[in-house]
Amino acid sequence: MDVVAARRARPRAGALEEYAIELDRVTIARGARIVLAEISVAIRQGEFIAILGPNGAGKTTLLQAILGLLQSAAGEIRVFGEKPRRGNRAAGYLPQQRAAVADLPLRGRDFVASALNGGRWGLPLTGRDGRREVDRALETVAALALASRRLCDLSGGELQRLLLAQALLGEPRLLLLDEPLISLDLHFQQAAAALVKKIQQERSITVLFTAHDLNPLLGVVDRVLYLGHGQAALGTVDEVITGEVLSLLYRTPIEVLRVSGRIVVVAGHGPVEMEAHRHDGPHYDSYHRNV
Amino acid sequence: MTALTTTRTIAMFEYDFMRTAFAAGGLVAVVAGTVGYFLVLRNLTFAGHALSHVGFAGATGSVLLGIGALWGLLAFSLAAAVAMGLLGDRLRNRDVAVGIILSLALGLGVLFLYLYTTSANEATAILFGNLLGVGIDTLWGLFGLSVIGLCALAAISRPLLFATLAPELAEAKGVSLRLVSVAFLAIVAIAVAEAAQVETWGGIVLAYITDWPTTFWIVSLSCLVYFLTFAKNQTVASPPPATGLVPAID
Repeated sequence: MDVVAARRARPRAGALEEYAIELDRVTIARGARIVLAEISVAIRQGEFIAILGPNGAGKTTLLQAILGLLQSAAGEIRVFGEKPRRGNRAAGYLPQQRAAVADLPLRGRDFVASALNGGRWGLPLTGRDGRREVDRALETVAALALASRRLCDLSGGELQRLLLAQALLGEPRLLLLDEPLISLDLHFQQAAAALVKKIQQERSITVLFTAHDLNPLLGVVDRVLYLGHGQAALGTVDEVITGEVLSLLYRTPIEVLRVSGRIVVVAGHGPVEMEAHRHDGPHYDSYHRNV
Repeated sequence: MTALTTTRTIAMFEYDFMRTAFAAGGLVAVVAGTVGYFLVLRNLTFAGHALSHVGFAGATGSVLLGIGALWGLLAFSLAAAVAMGLLGDRLRNRDVAVGIILSLALGLGVLFLYLYTTSANEATAILFGNLLGVGIDTLWGLFGLSVIGLCALAAISRPLLFATLAPELAEAKGVSLRLVSVAFLAIVAIAVAEAAQVETWGGIVLAYITDWPTTFWIVSLSCLVYFLTFAKNQTVASPPPATGLVPAID
């Protein structure tokens, strides 16, 4: 698999500080199914990485392994030079499966504050410093106006901003965002991507951002990590989003079209192989796919 | 009419068992109210309901062994709570786990009753609660349990809230969802064991005055309070979180 750029991006010894995340021949399985097979990638500090690929390709799995929620079956993962571990304060996380909080009559500020030092025992009191930190996180995502509103009165995009504020508590150096654009319409997708880009640049942090559609992220990503059939390709948009690389990852002929500034991926003979798409919603049934 | 009612209300407190009943009811109300807030937030009302029936098996078992019903009730509820927490930490599995443990406990309860049929009346009192029958010893037991339950809840409330509102993030931040779940269910078990022994104030007063059954008044008052809070939530712009939904466990 020489085409897969990831293989060539192995870190050199002595250059550990440079990288936020290094994967060295990492294999991760969910039950009996091998999701990622001998993946080697290195992500530099301060990079904005879009993680793409069909459902089941291992996007969430990879984020969970980096957070220490999943053990790798083989190989080595390093996060800022250390083994991944749960409770790593350097990592902020916006999970894909969100608790059913959307119908609660809970104030926005209280919801965000519940994640502040939430691992400690005792009463959930924030204190003055805590309130200041919650305010700062709310301000960063332009959600101060949502602080006194109830979750059940917020739109999906507004709730999303509160979740992002939660992920920002504790000043993480690494932000792992799992499908933050899901259920947002195009305008809000672009606004959300721009907001994350602004945060990434102001705080010079590393961002891993999983998505189904690269287009809203085209202006903000530094590199793209494309997953498929256990393999990975890491590189710039022009290096990775090509018919050659995607055909290898999907194991079926793929064409990449560029239409008025957007990228569209088309399968050569029939729909893109859907083995990994078992859990997909109706919008993946289409013949043409946006990358 | 009013004068007569007032006199009767005052006279009511001249009875020892009435004063004990009020103290016991008050203790349970504080614990059940606090625990109930989290119970509803975590969608655990089925588990709470099941634990009260599980306690029935414990109570009949302790009658069989000749020890205090409260302790059998407590032991069974605690064991069931830990089992529920360990078997199902995710929402979907949890209701299955609760159902299975509930069936097992009801089966055991019936077996214990069969083995000790003569005290079926006593079992009825346990199952439906008998506030006016609360003795001073039980009152101290309830007091101790309330203190333990509230202290334990205070100790886990921060991770509990975090794990309830943002479970995935909490797990990534190092919170053990299973530990929190088991610990909380154990506290629910304590609250339910207490509540099963006792019923509440307003109902007692009205039952004393009218001679209608206590249970009727308690249930009616709970409903009335719920509807009043519901109406308030509809009219007030931002009420405090979810207080209107705290269930009456008793």
